Amino acid sequence: MQRVGVFVCWCGSNIAGTVDVQAVSEALKNEPGVVYSANYQYMCSQAGQEMIKAAVKEHRLTGIVVCSCSPRMHEATFRKTAAAAGLNPYMVEIANIREQCSWVHKDMMTGTEKAIILGKAAIAKVNLNAPLTPGESPVTKRALVIGGGIAGIQTALDIADAGFPVDIVEKQPTIGGKMAQLDKTFPTLDCAACILTPKMVDVAQNEKIRIFSYSEVTDVHGFVGNFDVKIKKKARYVKEDICTGCGACVEKCPMKKVPNEFNLGMDNRHAIYIPFAQAVPKVATIDPNACNMLKNGKCGVCAKVCAAGAIDYKQKDEIIEEKYGAIVVATGFNPISMDKFDEFAYSQSKDVITSLEFERLTNAAGPSAGKLLRPSDGKHPHTIVFVQCVGSRCAACAEKGKEYCSKICCMYTAKHAMLTRDKYPDTEVYVFYIDARTPGKNFDEFYRRAVEEYGVKYIKGMVGKVVPEGDKLKVQASDLIANKQLHIDADLVVLAAAIEPDKSARPLATMLTASMDTNDFFTEAHPKLRPVESPTAGVFLSGACQGPKDIPETVSQAGAAASKVIGLLAKDKLTGNPCVASSNELMCNGCSTCERVCPYGAITYIDKEFRMPDRTTKIRRVAVVNPAVCQGCGACTVACPSGAMDLNGFKNSQIMAEVDAICK
Amino acid sequence: MENNKYLREEILRMSGVNTSKCMKCGKCSATCPAYDEMEYHPHQFVGMVEMGDIEPLLKSESLYKCLSCFACVERCPRGVEPAKVVEAVRLVAVRRQGANRMTANDVPETIEEDTPQQLLVSAFRKYTK
Repeated sequence: MQRVGVFVCWCGSNIAGTVDVQAVSEALKNEPGVVYSANYQYMCSQAGQEMIKAAVKEHRLTGIVVCSCSPRMHEATFRKTAAAAGLNPYMVEIANIREQCSWVHKDMMTGTEKAIILGKAAIAKVNLNAPLTPGESPVTKRALVIGGGIAGIQTALDIADAGFPVDIVEKQPTIGGKMAQLDKTFPTLDCAACILTPKMVDVAQNEKIRIFSYSEVTDVHGFVGNFDVKIKKKARYVKEDICTGCGACVEKCPMKKVPNEFNLGMDNRHAIYIPFAQAVPKVATIDPNACNMLKNGKCGVCAKVCAAGAIDYKQKDEIIEEKYGAIVVATGFNPISMDKFDEFAYSQSKDVITSLEFERLTNAAGPSAGKLLRPSDGKHPHTIVFVQCVGSRCAACAEKGKEYCSKICCMYTAKHAMLTRDKYPDTEVYVFYIDARTPGKNFDEFYRRAVEEYGVKYIKGMVGKVVPEGDKLKVQASDLIANKQLHIDADLVVLAAAIEPDKSARPLATMLTASMDTNDFFTEAHPKLRPVESPTAGVFLSGACQGPKDIPETVSQAGAAASKVIGLLAKDKLTGNPCVASSNELMCNGCSTCERVCPYGAITYIDKEFRMPDRTTKIRRVAVVNPAVCQGCGACTVACPSGAMDLNGFKNSQIMAEVDAICK
Repeated sequence: MENNKYLREEILRMSGVNTSKCMKCGKCSATCPAYDEMEYHPHQFVGMVEMGDIEPLLKSESLYKCLSCFACVERCPRGVEPAKVVEAVRLVAVRRQGANRMTANDVPETIEEDTPQQLLVSAFRKYTK
């Protein structure tokens, strides 16, 4: 029989406000096995922990029940306390009477009653606890960064700087991401390429960093410190190590009418292409959907002009297998599709564009060589209307917009408006806004400068509809301060489209067993205290894949993720989780059900010799769990038809004892 | 003020609209084709009902200028449905004793040769109890 000590926490008024903690500790005093029961204001404090240690000594406790907050919060704290008092840390059970009790109840009576029941269940469980010892696993000292935008680049550079090898996987032919497409960056207006491309070159030249461009992660197995990853290197039909990036092939390629995705389809590229001049790696790529040679075997011009002999029409996709200790997700964002916003006539007029298209239009390397010209007729626009919150803060219909604020639009719209007025003072610029959200260092000053020094007309209100008429765009909008409906004849309308996570994020999250929110942003382990870690051990988050972010924030988060990775890779051994499944081979009937349900591939079957009662031997097929791979999810214990699978720390008998205690 | 509180709840109940969902973007008024005819605009209907400032709305001609085209309902990013608020305020007005906007006697002079019957039916629904 265990000697159990019960410790009820007030958590200040968090618990004590709705739960009579005195009554709880009194009621639990007489439960089977309990020899000591007390309550205290903050069990997690130094004094509270000392109280537990003293009670363990004085009452020779063998098990501890702490009625407090969620085990996600302080289970580790109390396990350490138990270990310091000489107990096995797995002899601690937490009854969650905060998140699942005091916070959800308003009434003291019901709150107290439920807290007592939860306490009884934890006591019933701890009575059946057995000491557990965690195993150790080695750490592969190499990190994987998925996504080669500014987030991935910064994370990789920081990890490499600490001396660990890093691989970047980027699905585009070049790294650089969205930042490479931008013109200027707020609030200091330095040119994006001028500050990004040196970093891209640093990545290329760093001996610790390998770039897998035009590649995708296709399979992830393993666990923290020991991930096995398969990377598909798509065939680019150009030998990467031989191509010098001279561009002769691009010049001579006869297939010139392929929409250029780098300029968002506003001009064309060739079938063989280098996305932009400063691309890293600076290697040509053949688009198999556009190349005549690859489609019907006729052409071959690029192979003829290539002095280096780098063209290889027979190149195949290649699968690279590599081991990693840590994985950083940096998959970034995209603007949402404007197709469903008929009221703004995006699909009806070429002169209704998104803000990212505006970036390309004003970029010196863009389709109009930096001159702000209307996409439809190449004329200079004299009246420009910017519309903010297009698809952001849109709670009405989920298939159209996003409920969240995209965070970056207020600032880049202020930037666009200011730069337009600076370069073309004869242009009227209107910005329709719901709220101008500019929290950030020097951000509000920047927005006010656009209004006060550059004469941008900010109008509190929204655009209701845009109707193309002749070569004008009739904009109907409301001015809420003047209480008027405005009718503006615009030459160009720029929509600040909401941003959403990249489409590759969801399948990747499934591979990584990392959790996401309803908007497909990766969830952090704790929104305040662990913002760059995924709840899945060994997976870290960098940049806009976790939520909308501007460049300064992305870079700081990238550095934070890198420091977490470095902390992990600096360890030689990792302590595992002893709460893993194990199979009772005498009961196992070899049905393979557990092997099929295991999401981690931790279960294998072996043929094993058994001695039968009649002294003969028999070979039977039985399940074996690899404790290093098992994550303790318990799926196998539920699926096993013969009850052979059991989870350490959560034995079937313990769960049943808890249920019995609750139902008693 | 007590009366307004009752009226406000009545209007919210009849319309099924939660006016607190409004984020004051003004897209309803930006999209409204009858805007210039109206003294109080769609966003004001939502805002004033939310504040309980309903009497001015009840006295206003704006009630009958709303076309019930539901463009504001279609475009509202927060799903507030301003046209339903206008309709509920209108109903409160016509339900008051003798406040019918239209009587049967007014009908003949409004009929033109190509007036669809459906229009008469909906006008009666809109302007009478």
